[in-house]
Amino acid sequence: MDYIPSIGLEVHVQLRTRSKLFCGCGTRYGAEPNSQVCPVCLGYPGTLPVVNREAVRLTVVTGLMVGSEISPYSKFDRKSYFYPDMPKNFQISQYDRPLCLGGAVAIDVEGASRPIPLKRIHLEEDTAKNTHFEGFSGVDFNRAGVPLMEIVSEPEMHSPEEAFAFLQALKEILLYAGVSDCNLEQGNVRCDVNCSVRPAGSKALGVKTEIKNRNTFREVLHALRHEIARQVGVLEAGGAVGQETLRWDVAAGVTVGMRSKEYAHDYRYFPEPDLLPVALPRAWVEDWRAALPEPPRARRARLAREYGLPEYDAGVLTADPRSADFFEAAARLSPNPKAVSNWIMTEMQRLLAERSLAPSDARITPRALADLVALVDGGTLGSTGAREVFAVLFAEGGDPARIVAERGMAQVSDAGEMGALADRVIAENEAAAADYRKGKQAALQRLVGQVMRLSGGRANPRVVAGLLRERLK
Amino acid sequence: MTSEEGRGADAAAIDVAYVARLARIDLTPEEQARFQRQLDEVVAYVRKIREPDTSGIEPTAHAVAVRNVFRDDAPRPGLDRGEVMANAPAVVQGLFRVPQIVE
Amino acid sequence: MAEPVNRALPTAHAALARLRRGECSSEELVRDVLGRIRATDGGIGAYLWVDEEDALGQARAADARRAAGNEGRLLGVPVAVKDVLNVRGQPCTCASRILRGYVAPYDATAVARLRAEGAVFAGRTNMDEFAMGSTTENSAVQVTRNPRDPERVPGGSSGGAAACVAAGEAVVALGTDTGGSIRQPAAFCGCVGLKPSYGRVSRYGLTAFASSLDQIGTLSADVRDAALMLQVMAGADCMDSTCLDAPVPDYGAALRDDLRGMKLGIPREYFVGGLAPEVETPVRAAIEQCRALGAEVAELSLPHTEYAIATYYVIAAAEASANLARFDGVRYGRRARAESDPMTMYCRTRAEGFGAEVKRRVILGTYVLSSGYYDAYYLTAQRVRTLIRRDFEKAFAHCDALLAPVAPSLPWRLGEAADDPLKMYLGDIYTVTANLAGICGMSVPCGSSADGLPVGLQILGPALGEEKVLRVGHAYEASASRPAAGP
Repeated sequence: MDYIPSIGLEVHVQLRTRSKLFCGCGTRYGAEPNSQVCPVCLGYPGTLPVVNREAVRLTVVTGLMVGSEISPYSKFDRKSYFYPDMPKNFQISQYDRPLCLGGAVAIDVEGASRPIPLKRIHLEEDTAKNTHFEGFSGVDFNRAGVPLMEIVSEPEMHSPEEAFAFLQALKEILLYAGVSDCNLEQGNVRCDVNCSVRPAGSKALGVKTEIKNRNTFREVLHALRHEIARQVGVLEAGGAVGQETLRWDVAAGVTVGMRSKEYAHDYRYFPEPDLLPVALPRAWVEDWRAALPEPPRARRARLAREYGLPEYDAGVLTADPRSADFFEAAARLSPNPKAVSNWIMTEMQRLLAERSLAPSDARITPRALADLVALVDGGTLGSTGAREVFAVLFAEGGDPARIVAERGMAQVSDAGEMGALADRVIAENEAAAADYRKGKQAALQRLVGQVMRLSGGRANPRVVAGLLRERLK
Repeated sequence: MTSEEGRGADAAAIDVAYVARLARIDLTPEEQARFQRQLDEVVAYVRKIREPDTSGIEPTAHAVAVRNVFRDDAPRPGLDRGEVMANAPAVVQGLFRVPQIVE
Repeated sequence: MAEPVNRALPTAHAALARLRRGECSSEELVRDVLGRIRATDGGIGAYLWVDEEDALGQARAADARRAAGNEGRLLGVPVAVKDVLNVRGQPCTCASRILRGYVAPYDATAVARLRAEGAVFAGRTNMDEFAMGSTTENSAVQVTRNPRDPERVPGGSSGGAAACVAAGEAVVALGTDTGGSIRQPAAFCGCVGLKPSYGRVSRYGLTAFASSLDQIGTLSADVRDAALMLQVMAGADCMDSTCLDAPVPDYGAALRDDLRGMKLGIPREYFVGGLAPEVETPVRAAIEQCRALGAEVAELSLPHTEYAIATYYVIAAAEASANLARFDGVRYGRRARAESDPMTMYCRTRAEGFGAEVKRRVILGTYVLSSGYYDAYYLTAQRVRTLIRRDFEKAFAHCDALLAPVAPSLPWRLGEAADDPLKMYLGDIYTVTANLAGICGMSVPCGSSADGLPVGLQILGPALGEEKVLRVGHAYEASASRPAAGP
């Protein structure tokens, strides 16, 4: 029998703020344990939360990017449960009045685009980090209170690959909007996955299981593949899937039940009395909307259309908004956008990857890249020389024309100088010259190669070939 | 207004043993019996709140009718680590030591 | 009729006048208070903690500041602090075992403002554990006796604060009021207790009992001190979202000796049934006194008063159950010896750390918020709260302030109401309404019963209407302490 999986994601995204959600502590990753804490985020007696405006703005901006409705009235609630990583043993979250409702993230599956609808986006505080020792645990509260945005999708993805595509599309949007660094290694994006399977033709969703807290998109993919196969196996064997919370064991490659979830949860939500409701003035939301960046999909289509790029190029360039920004800045200064795109997709990406740098770390300016393309197109630089110049620009910055001049890298196109070299090569390679006269085209390339060698690589090969052809008529 | 499924169920008797566990408080058998008796009485009394007609009445969650109170995203110095750890009942390697957490 | 009010007690404004004239130093003033504590607190038990050396150090610093010409509105005045408020470097146990060992690393905003004006923080006063109670008998540490009758309770939860002021062991004291915890002990001990409107004084640093009801206020010998203290503490605070950004008027200027032009309401529902005649008689007399001072007095109705206790106990317990969840033995305070797993550690720590009343209220609060009961209890209570608030809004559309008793009875005998929680809760009937409505209220001594036990007159004012309450209180107090006119 065929089975159709239904997958929903709850994605927790750490927002890019300088201070925590409810206090002024810093949010830097990797600080000494318990060094970015204060009475508020340690849940000390007498402390009160005050909402970070920027965290609200970033959440609303995300909602605007994915077409959510921005709630005219929103509030915070307390979600109670005891856990050592919870400073107050309740988490300040949003229960029935999230900041954003609805919206969708479009994914491309087998060449077609499909919107995956969202339920809601809300704001909440992160928990502390537990470290496990032999026989006991330790807690570091640096992360406690860092702003987390939770994006909840409808269970409308039907394969692990769709879930993977959703996460990539979402990450692109978050990077575009500048709401998160999306650094997966630092746990900036964490996923709870719920998943059920039902026989094809059946309407009702099957019993779902939840897999907690995955840090990388690959883990989500693998965990889902495993979990779907497991659920199908249970059903095929005539069994029933139990509603449970699971953990993905990376090493073993299996999902296992979580013991900490044995106690039935009763979160006892109620409105946070220490925080007042949020009723964002329309003008604020409209200002934020007006300042939104172009969404990645729209930009991809526009780059292809406006600059005549292949879809593939547009996709690669727009995966990171900083690459796309660089491209557009350079392409506007160049009559050859495709060449600009090639440089970014190949040399620039390679050098960034080799050095683990962000696009903003490269020293090359869009103007320099446009000038480099012009030097190549004008015949001043050959491909080898151009790569050399690019490497210099990437590492040190500067003006390509000046680099070419300072290093004597310009191609020689002067007919007098080149003509003398051509004459010499023909005289020294009579056999090859004869071959060419008999119609062997390959012989001309050998002669061109000789002239290039004698010029120390500075000769313009096109000019040389022309001179040789003239002389061998 | 809150409208979660199943949260409007008619009030039944309080189960002190169960609720105490939710609240993470061990009770002695004597306490459990005494609190059950006392809280049965209190719960019966507080049901008085259902006497007045509250249909169409907005709930008051805050005593002040203010909205949109925010702070700027400006980092401020926190507490000295030494002071933080001095208040901790148990410490290990700069962390708050707790019994083993099982995930 | 009324006897002189607290004539013998020290006041902050009198002390400040002497300090400014150079008639005494802060060090002398603080030594006097410390001496009084040593002499009498053994029999009263108002203080949980006093650091004499530190207090004298603060006093000397205040004297140096004055010598340098740097005045402060409370420069050199000792202030006693209820053990629920954080003062940097001092313990803050809330009279609970669970906070044993905790040292506050920060000042509550109210404390910081008083400190900036030169106040000296000498000691911490007893209370019902986590402010839950009306007798101070729920303290895990000690019993506090009523200075007017040592066999009686001082009231609560700010019983230590009221007792220390009434016994002259403090010049002025900070308390907190969630359902009457300042006004009722003030009435029981015979001092002035002011509960400002919700949002008037920042709650930052006040260990939360019920976040939507708690307010910091004062216990003092007279109304002028209440005005002086409020003046310093009131106003917006970036650390408390619920603290109002409203202008702070000159409270001292509101203190006048007459009540001409004021309309005072007498809520009918506060004079029915359970009100003891020994309380009603002096309160009625005080109302007549206010009429004699020029006020227009009229009866009115607050029809939802009978639901106030039930509403209050649902809301306060619910909020408390979440607020007290943080006491788990992980980051501060006392942890039980239970290292097997976190669940066991929590359950034992909280079993050993909390007293019976706290356990009862946390269990009640957990119950009313738990799955299936939220709408029936918490949400319904919030709706009834709206009705109670509207009662007051209507009343204050017609009058400036309301006059009422504070508590239905005289101070109880020690142990009298122990272990009958419902009986204890019903005693809060006249005070919880102000907290539910977010309005301000004050208790002012209005004479005594035949046995010499003090009785308080409650003055309720609209939200942010502290000037009106202070004016009524001051005019009444001034007239009551004047020798009766006569031959």
